[in-house]
Amino acid sequence: MTRTLRRVPGYLFLTVAAILSVFPLYFMVVSATNTSQDVLDSRLLPGSHLIENFNTLVGSQDVGSAMSHSAVNAIATTALALVVCSIAGYGFEVFHSRGKDTMMSILLLAMMIPFAATMIPLFQLFAELDMVNSTFAVILPAISTPFLILLFRQASRSFPHEIIEAARIDGLGELSIFGRIYLPTMRSTYAAAAVITFMTAWNNFLWPKVILVNNDYQTMPMLISNIRAGYVTDYGMLMLAVLLASLPAVVVFLLLQRSFANGITGAIK
Amino acid sequence: MRVEQRRNLTGWAFLIPAALLIALMNFWPMIQAFILSLKTGRGRRLDFAEPLWYNYQRLFADEIFLLTVQNTFIYLIVQVPIMLVLALILANLLNDRRLRFRGMWRTAIFLPCAVGLVSYSLVFRTLFANDGFINDFLMGLHLIDSPINWLGQTGTARLVIILGLLWRWTGYNMVFYLAALQNLDNSTLEAARIDGAGPFKTFWYVTIPQLRPIILLTAIMSTNGTIQLFDESWNLTQGGPAYTSMTMSHYLFELSFQKNPNFGYAAALSYAILLMVAVLAFIQMKVGDKRD
Repeated sequence: MTRTLRRVPGYLFLTVAAILSVFPLYFMVVSATNTSQDVLDSRLLPGSHLIENFNTLVGSQDVGSAMSHSAVNAIATTALALVVCSIAGYGFEVFHSRGKDTMMSILLLAMMIPFAATMIPLFQLFAELDMVNSTFAVILPAISTPFLILLFRQASRSFPHEIIEAARIDGLGELSIFGRIYLPTMRSTYAAAAVITFMTAWNNFLWPKVILVNNDYQTMPMLISNIRAGYVTDYGMLMLAVLLASLPAVVVFLLLQRSFANGITGAIK
Repeated sequence: MRVEQRRNLTGWAFLIPAALLIALMNFWPMIQAFILSLKTGRGRRLDFAEPLWYNYQRLFADEIFLLTVQNTFIYLIVQVPIMLVLALILANLLNDRRLRFRGMWRTAIFLPCAVGLVSYSLVFRTLFANDGFINDFLMGLHLIDSPINWLGQTGTARLVIILGLLWRWTGYNMVFYLAALQNLDNSTLEAARIDGAGPFKTFWYVTIPQLRPIILLTAIMSTNGTIQLFDESWNLTQGGPAYTSMTMSHYLFELSFQKNPNFGYAAALSYAILLMVAVLAFIQMKVGDKRD
């Protein structure tokens, strides 16, 4: 009995934390189905105005275009980042040498460079190349990150070197060993890296805002940010837009939560 | 060519694309920003300033800049310690094997990390609107008589940003602590229990010291992130009222890309941010690495 009683504060604390964590999202989902007036009246039950809000939203904003820009950016970034960083992480670990260790320490320094300090020259660079408003300019700075390289390097540590030796004796080239043996066995690391990269790229705001000067190319986070800049806010419509902007990343998170957790903590193990 | 030599070269070939991209997208612009910070002028016509450190001198006299530094450090000093302590408590509660519904608690508390910064900023903006839910709720409980203008007053606007950051990032840090707790040496906890230490003493004297490296890491990451705060300032409070909730990055964006862009001066500001990140990380590493 005392044992159970002692655990009450713990459960209470967790309950409060869980409610506070979920409530803003519940509010967002419910408000997307209510009118602006309902939202201001703090109605917390689902309403019947979802379609109406949707029509107002697509009537005033080009949601389809913003969604597809976001999707293209996020998917292209993820695909390229996985290829470039996994090959590099593999290279650092499997072809380990003192020179490469030095190189890794230098690359890790890049983690400490705030984006603010590179933003203006990057903008100037892409302006000079006449690539402002291009998908290429949005994704290029996000492809190679020290974090992902480190993640793959740490994961490669547990990959048995004997297999690589055996494959070499069998006459397999280095690239085939990577593609045919390493890649399929490291699926969980790839999943973790993919989830993090996709979510970061989907939600990224500052760089796309800097480099996508023309609103025709805007992404979902830019679109919802611009709605709030208007004078009169239709809160039901705004919450629906926010819901649509959040949905892809939230769905990925809910499906692959464990991969996400392994990903953010994986590089430090 | 010998086999080892060839392998060494193959290894370099594997990592060259990634290394080149980092050099081009991180190190090169960082150097360019420094050169830029020594120049003045508008638009594309930029010349070296007289004296060279003119932009940096100007920073110290720029009251808006100093205000944004102050705002950013208020967020940092108030939010980061509270968040890390909360995350530690939550992780410790969730690490209990006898806890029921562990997966459910974990998912609920971790969930805010899935939401983009712009999205949650706009949800918080709606919740804290004058006629929004928070005011209705507090008035319903008779805790306040009239609505609070949360986003229109300095103190409350800053508070809303801090609450937003706590909401968004506590679960994220908790996951780091959970991962570390699961790798903890259980025999040390057993030993503490046999020696008669209660749960609080065990947590403070046995668990925390073993978590020190990870606490240091989360402190550095959170500091780094807070110093670069942009999305919340831009979307949640729009920096207002009158710049009193604006962050350094928000001001940097205004200087760089709005009205009359001044890239030289903005670059000097960006170097101030870079310096703060570096100095704070260095201090934290010095303090955190201290051995007893």
